[in-house]
Amino acid sequence: MLSFIGRSFVQKTITLIFVSIVSFLIIHLAPGKPSQVDPLNPKFTPEMVERFRQAFHLDKPLHVQYVYFYRDLFTGRTVSWKDNQSVLAKIWERFLNSLPLFIVGTILTWTLSFPAGIRSAIYRGGLYDRTTTFLSYLLISIPGFFFAYILIILVVTRFQVPVIGMETFGVANAAWPNVIMDRIWHLLLPSVLGATGGIAVLSRYVRSQMLEVEGQDYVRTARAKGLPPDQVHYKHALRNALLPFVTMFGLILPGLIGGSVIIESIFSWPGMGRMAYEAILARDYPVILTVNFFSAVLVLMGTFISDLMYMLVDPRIRL
Amino acid sequence: MKHTEKDRPARETRLEKALTPKRSRLEEFWVLFRKNRLAIAGLIIFILFFATALAGLFLTSGQNPVFDPAQIRLQEKLRPPMARANLDSLHPAEVPRLGIYIFGTDDLGRDVFARMLQGSWVSLTVGFVAVGISVFIGIFMGGIAGYFGQVLLKIDHILVSGLMVAGIAFMVTDWVLPGILLFILTAVLILYTVRLKNIAKNHARPAEFSFLEINAFSVDTLIMRIVDIMICFPSFFLILTVVALLPASIYNIMIVIGLTSWMGATRFVRAEFLSLREQDFVAAARALGVGNLRIIFRHMMPNAIAPVLVSATIGIASAILTEAGLSFLGFGVPPPHATWGNIISDGKRFIFDAPWLTFIPGISILIVVLSFNLFGEGLRDALNPKLRERH
Repeated sequence: MLSFIGRSFVQKTITLIFVSIVSFLIIHLAPGKPSQVDPLNPKFTPEMVERFRQAFHLDKPLHVQYVYFYRDLFTGRTVSWKDNQSVLAKIWERFLNSLPLFIVGTILTWTLSFPAGIRSAIYRGGLYDRTTTFLSYLLISIPGFFFAYILIILVVTRFQVPVIGMETFGVANAAWPNVIMDRIWHLLLPSVLGATGGIAVLSRYVRSQMLEVEGQDYVRTARAKGLPPDQVHYKHALRNALLPFVTMFGLILPGLIGGSVIIESIFSWPGMGRMAYEAILARDYPVILTVNFFSAVLVLMGTFISDLMYMLVDPRIRL
Repeated sequence: MKHTEKDRPARETRLEKALTPKRSRLEEFWVLFRKNRLAIAGLIIFILFFATALAGLFLTSGQNPVFDPAQIRLQEKLRPPMARANLDSLHPAEVPRLGIYIFGTDDLGRDVFARMLQGSWVSLTVGFVAVGISVFIGIFMGGIAGYFGQVLLKIDHILVSGLMVAGIAFMVTDWVLPGILLFILTAVLILYTVRLKNIAKNHARPAEFSFLEINAFSVDTLIMRIVDIMICFPSFFLILTVVALLPASIYNIMIVIGLTSWMGATRFVRAEFLSLREQDFVAAARALGVGNLRIIFRHMMPNAIAPVLVSATIGIASAILTEAGLSFLGFGVPPPHATWGNIISDGKRFIFDAPWLTFIPGISILIVVLSFNLFGEGLRDALNPKLRERH
């Protein structure tokens, strides 16, 4: 166990170093320079550009820039090129905005897809199963931005509530039930949209896992000895079918930082995804690289946690 | 001799009749596939989409296209679908080909039907080229990892290839001349060692260089670590970054989507190859002296291709979605050219006045992606022998 933890720690650190190198190279070798973002601005004189380049070490060779950048990142001194604010503070602020979306979306995904998947596995081939199968294909295939507009039209015309942004402008002075309802309405659509793909994929996966277990011999034995169907389904089959999903808790970690660019820009939600998108447009390299670094850390941590969970849950697995 | 020659065909056919399966593999697959009505629907829509995209390419390009997607008619803006063209206010050259706007017009009075036709070709090519690139890389990397995975890399291999990569890196950064020198030097070194091995196999290195012969890690480790590194990048974010930094062009999008989505195919091919190379027919082929390449492409690939095919079909669907998302955000194909994503993106400002600008491309993307997904799932079920008795 300890050796596994140590081994994967070393392995993941090496992977992380390579990820940092590759992302740094991709960004810096792409055509165009960050100092040329606004060439038509008359205030952007060559002296300004030179000062800018010196202030952010852009005149140094690449490997020196790399070392400077990650030194600054680890000592928490990285600043955005655009507004000279601390990148970590910026990310933290946006992260807090994205967090409610992530939490509500995850809760929706996990609470809806399990009952749907289990039910369609139990009534395999029936009307319910076929309907949910088709629905989940539909949800996987629908472009997020199109679905967002359908939902916006529906909610806005039917319920007459504003949904764009995090809250209605000026609502903070209203009575608190109104404020809370306003926040909930604003939260609802983006988190539902964030959850749709997850619900579709996860419920299919639950269904196939459940089918797999329902075909096992011990389930047949349980049924043969006359146990009530509910007990067979939920006590014998479900518990074993749930095994792979325990590990998936690790895999939802990356979602913490990868807020959806498209949904956040449709709903004007000031979250992580929007910030990354704006940083890309402005060639704000420190922000892009920091977001990328954190998301790589989360991916690696996620796989590590899921491996660990697998070992804890399933005694047959020895890594 | 003559007797047996005459006798053999009859005997063989008798034997073959008993031994060969009643249906060939393809027929078997088709029988299974035909039962899945959703998958058949997917296939039909896919063929229709293919035909539409091809027709769209020919009908909307050229000097004097049949349906002109770029024809601006400001007096006819935001006409609903199936609206008749107002012949009094239009030049004869501006009148749409059929006299009506089948899908309406957008805010500049351009015919949405023509724009949809033009966009369908973009969706189709992005899907196929991006997935083609990713499948190619996936098969290549996965094949190497699965077949030659146990080959150990020595320190000198790693040093030389590291220097070569450094040379390429120098070339793209500021030091072009040292980069080229380093690259040529390492290339010559590699060619020289290959020659050397052929001439004198037992050529021993001096003792102080013996550390170069130490085995570092296997090819498999190398490739799978590269896959791990690639998986760490959030894919849509990475695509967005690269597409935003590169000049806007449809080919960049295809290449970038392809280059960021080969990891799945690599894993599939590797897993299949790892199990196939241990099987008897591969051992038999190797015992007969069949070359590595022939074993890989003639014997192993046909057995390993099924999961790749399935993931490729579903990959096309997700590539089309990614391209639509990028166009929606305003990246990708430069403006006068229409794609389904940028028709929605342009039309979103008029969502309450001209909902067809959102719904027609949106539903088209939905139907096409859905058809690919259904077709892919149908393929998976039909190709997977484990699932055959299930339904």
